[in-house]
Amino acid sequence: MMQHLAILPILIPLFTGAMLLLPPFRDILNRQRSLALVSVALQVIFAAMLLVTAASEGTQMYVLGDWQPPFGIVLVADRLSSMLVLLTTLLCAGALLYSCAGHDKSGQYFHSLFMFQVMGINGAFLTGDIFNLFVFFEVLLIASYALLVHGGGKQKTQAAVHYVILNLIGSSLFLFGLGILYGTLGTLNIADMAIQVRMLDESEAILAKAGGLLLLLVFGLKAALLPLHFWLPRTYASASAPVATLFAIMTKVGIYSIFRVHTVVFGEEANLLANIALPWLWPMAMGTLAIGTLGVFASPTLRVMTANLVIISAGTLLIAAALQTEHATSAALYYLVHSTLVTGALFLIADLISRQRGKAEDRFVKSRAMAQPRLLGFAFVIAALAIIGLPPLSGFVGKVLIMRAAESTAEIIWIWPLILISSLMVLVAISRAGTTLFWRVTSTSSSEEQVHPLEIAGITLLLAASPLLVIFGGPVTEFTADAAHQLHDLTQSVNALLPNSTALSGGNH
Amino acid sequence: MEGLYAFCVGLLTACGIFLALRGRTFPVVVGLTLLSYGVNLFLFASGRLKLNSAAVLGQSAQHSDPLPQALVLTAIVIGFAMTAFVVILAMRARADLGNDHVDGRLPEAPKPRLARRSGGQ
Repeated sequence: MMQHLAILPILIPLFTGAMLLLPPFRDILNRQRSLALVSVALQVIFAAMLLVTAASEGTQMYVLGDWQPPFGIVLVADRLSSMLVLLTTLLCAGALLYSCAGHDKSGQYFHSLFMFQVMGINGAFLTGDIFNLFVFFEVLLIASYALLVHGGGKQKTQAAVHYVILNLIGSSLFLFGLGILYGTLGTLNIADMAIQVRMLDESEAILAKAGGLLLLLVFGLKAALLPLHFWLPRTYASASAPVATLFAIMTKVGIYSIFRVHTVVFGEEANLLANIALPWLWPMAMGTLAIGTLGVFASPTLRVMTANLVIISAGTLLIAAALQTEHATSAALYYLVHSTLVTGALFLIADLISRQRGKAEDRFVKSRAMAQPRLLGFAFVIAALAIIGLPPLSGFVGKVLIMRAAESTAEIIWIWPLILISSLMVLVAISRAGTTLFWRVTSTSSSEEQVHPLEIAGITLLLAASPLLVIFGGPVTEFTADAAHQLHDLTQSVNALLPNSTALSGGNH
Repeated sequence: MEGLYAFCVGLLTACGIFLALRGRTFPVVVGLTLLSYGVNLFLFASGRLKLNSAAVLGQSAQHSDPLPQALVLTAIVIGFAMTAFVVILAMRARADLGNDHVDGRLPEAPKPRLARRSGGQ
């Protein structure tokens, strides 16, 4: 059992998703819910075990079919991967609890699709070769297409057309990039690519550079990098609440891939191709942060605002990725965990608010009062404090860590004002939104709509992470620092994964 | 052979991109399909083009790289599923939104110049 730990985060959702389509569970919603919840509980337990194993015993490699790398398919669960897998399962648990209150009734096969999407996300985090990264991207995308239109409606269809077409073009570009890299490097294993890339001569290096930058383009599309982010606000705002919550981790898959490919393969030691992403990443990341902030200011509804907050968090993370240091990566990982869970929770809160305000939904206009303003207001304030980055919650710690990771004067001059002004503007925008939603009311509420206990449980699960990330800030930052060290230290992230290539690794320097 | 092959891939990709930039869903779907054909040929060529060489050891004097062929198979299967999905989605959008424009609404026809001038007065 223990030796198969690394593949369980992929297998459990796969089999759960398939079982949900079979007779004892098909057509009976309550059984589906119980099975899905049990499965998610198992996933959380196994993901936590994987995390502990990866931290105490070092990187777990799972060689499928015993074809030793660099040949064959391998799963790699190092600290970074296992941490993100745990994050995915936690987010999924929150969203699933929430959806069990009745959101899964709006269409068929909700739970199966949900499981398949989790499988794709976990697989993308765990895979050790780049073609399987593509395959798992497709798995998570096709599930997300179906989840996005789940429940039906004009807006969803309209958003889905853009989203699907963009991502299909992205997939084609991904394959072009892969083809170029395979043609020049002759391997698809990420660790092996990192070694081969050092031996390119100049004529091939140009081709490989094109391939690497095509991959950056694709990951940028997933991560909502500046010119490629236009699909995000409408898509996320039109998805149903639990789905939008799960989507909060999808931009992070793109960011993770940038970390994995452009730090390990095209990192500092890649000779001719060292740091090819940086000249692009710098301006784009800062632009993403700026445009996300403007978007927050211009949002007409709470859902669109939350979607723009996702863009801001992507921009902040990409700035940390562009810094390319161990400190910055460590800070980014802390901020990633925080921002994923809190934006996820904010999507759920926006849905509750929208349901209790009747016709006005979550638009920032005067309307009738909510039935439970205290409960929702409390949740909203916690989420808002965390996402703006006010002390004492985790957003504050995350942003301070990222700002402290900027070392040179030029970096500080650019990053500090950008992050601080962005935070201030988000503070203003969210205060205005909260004031309108909760205090500008016409009459007392006539709504009978009450919050379901499962919905509170889901939101609590996600929001509780924020204070916990502060209270256990020491161990968490220690862990992210180790994970970042593992990623940047090529003897750990490359040579240790290739048992047969000690001869090659000797010639690195 | 290489020149002809490269020309085909380039032509398919160019047509695919041109069609994907059109405003109606049908040309876009055809464009995406052409793009995925171009990608499949391109992936196949990433293992170098060789004549008379099987991808199995011992069947011919030289053997060709089997991995791109496996990759192309995977890409074809995924591309096929995605095309099916996008066709269904396009039909659904046509039904839900009442037109086949990718934005879900027809762009307003540009007003004749004369009319706009008279509107400003």
